[in-house]
Amino acid sequence: MRRARTPAPLLVPAALAVTFLVLPLAGLLVRTPWSQLGTLLTAPGVGQALRLSLVSATVATLVSVVLGVPLAWVLARSRARGRTVLRALVTVPLVLPPVVGGVALFLVLGRQGIVGRWLAEATGITIPFTTTAVVIAETFVAMPFLVISVEGALRAADARFEDAAATLGADRWTTFRRVTLPLVAPGVAAGAVLCWARALGEFGATITFAGNFPGTTQTMPLAVYLALQRDPQAAIVLSLVLLLVSVATLLLLRDRWLGRSGAAA
Amino acid sequence: MTLDARVVVRRGPLTVDVVLQVADGEVLAVLGPNGAGKSTALRVLAGLLPPDAGRVAVDGRTWDDVAGRVHLPTHRRPLGMVFQDHLLFPHLSVLENVAFGPRTRGASRAAARAAAAGWIERVGLAGLGDRRPGQLSGGQAQRAALARALVGDPALLLLDEPLSALDARTRLAVRAELRRHLADFGGSTVLVTHDPVDAMALADRVLVVEDGVVVQAGTPADVARRPRTDYVARLVGLSLLPGVGEGTAVYLDGGGTVAVAEPAAGPVLVAIRPESVALYPSRPGGSPRNAWPATVAGATPHGSTVRVELDGPVPLLADVTATAFAELGLAPGSPVWAVVKASEVAVYAR
Repeated sequence: MRRARTPAPLLVPAALAVTFLVLPLAGLLVRTPWSQLGTLLTAPGVGQALRLSLVSATVATLVSVVLGVPLAWVLARSRARGRTVLRALVTVPLVLPPVVGGVALFLVLGRQGIVGRWLAEATGITIPFTTTAVVIAETFVAMPFLVISVEGALRAADARFEDAAATLGADRWTTFRRVTLPLVAPGVAAGAVLCWARALGEFGATITFAGNFPGTTQTMPLAVYLALQRDPQAAIVLSLVLLLVSVATLLLLRDRWLGRSGAAA
Repeated sequence: MTLDARVVVRRGPLTVDVVLQVADGEVLAVLGPNGAGKSTALRVLAGLLPPDAGRVAVDGRTWDDVAGRVHLPTHRRPLGMVFQDHLLFPHLSVLENVAFGPRTRGASRAAARAAAAGWIERVGLAGLGDRRPGQLSGGQAQRAALARALVGDPALLLLDEPLSALDARTRLAVRAELRRHLADFGGSTVLVTHDPVDAMALADRVLVVEDGVVVQAGTPADVARRPRTDYVARLVGLSLLPGVGEGTAVYLDGGGTVAVAEPAAGPVLVAIRPESVALYPSRPGGSPRNAWPATVAGATPHGSTVRVELDGPVPLLADVTATAFAELGLAPGSPVWAVVKASEVAVYAR
């Protein structure tokens, strides 16, 4: 395919944009205290925060897949009325400032919250400031990414395959399991990776709803923010770890997409 | 009567209203231009689209009855359907695709795979069961789709433009095979197509549908001989003559010989369009390779042309202008010479 030469009025801002996006990351690498890397990485709390981050982001992603894929199906396929309203409601967390999400969660699930009070009275369980709260906050913020991604995949998938399955005796549930889900699997995978990355970086809703307790609710982004005030070197190292995880996520996505398109060709 | 249906369905400005009756082992072709409502009617039979009025019954069992509020969901109808672009599931192997129906209908894994393997062999895809649909040619994919539709021994087989996605050469081969499988199939078949050759070659009866309504019904020969509208005449004028090919000659089962441009071998169908046939009062000079004596058996005017039915060693339909018809002084029983260029004769394997 022949590509057009880029016009200068586009080229200059584009180059500026690249610089703007890449320079801070380069700065992070330049300022990294490589000699102290080992000591800083093995400092108490770092491993703990990293483990907590990975575990809570993974659990939040699993919850998002289990609840979000069916929701995406409803948005893409059902003929229920009020679907437009439903989609708007679902995507609110996508644009809502995460701190507001945290406040909202606190008002509902907090000890004095609408659901939280009843939960505390009935079972003695309180959610805020626990690892469960971290997972809930991350799920709240990240699930819409998965829902939107899977809904897009479902809309792009040829619904006539579902007709074909029905003519072969498959009811709607069997069709979903054996035809629809495998067809949109790449979309689910991409959505899950996006969702996981978003959950991993979650800050606002987590600190508002779950607090900042090392070992139970202090995830990597919270640890980075605190470290920057006490020990900037440690903050840089922690940031580097998150950067590496992000790059690895991108590579994973790219391999997945390239692998898929390669197989289909 | 296995399939007994009246389908009424409104789609925008178009109202489809057709009666479909097909006996066991019979093939009904629904022929019409794109947008005539053929595929819509087929989707109703499959249960994929609820009708606005009417009734669908198969083997005495009601599948749809709008007045009686009956609608059997698609997955509970014992049918098989072949789609235009095959719609094989891309994530499953050919074997898994064909075994899909038996599995969902309750067969054990082993039984489903055995049945699927049998059909894969029957449609000539032995050894390709492990392939993904993306690794098949168009013709192979359509054969696999046919196996997938027939494996459960359905009561009703629905074919939605099964050959139109194939290139011309493949279409000939797959059409010939489809003809064999349809002859073996014991249930009712409804074939939707816009290609008159499919209808003429595959169907026992043809229903010509235009703007949602049936404009003519009958055997392929009837419809071709006595077209009731211009549209039908243009669509189904083809003369199909069975014979045996040998080099550039085809020896017709009825006794005549037809010269063809492309060499042919074995049992074939010769197809001649009525507008390719020229009529002369006596044997024309210049020794054309295809010139046959005939007698006029009948004539039907349509538009500015007259369709002439010819009897003889090579029975044909010929379209001539009304002026030429008058100048030749043709009437039933008149002797006449029919001339066709070899390059205008199409040959299909059968």
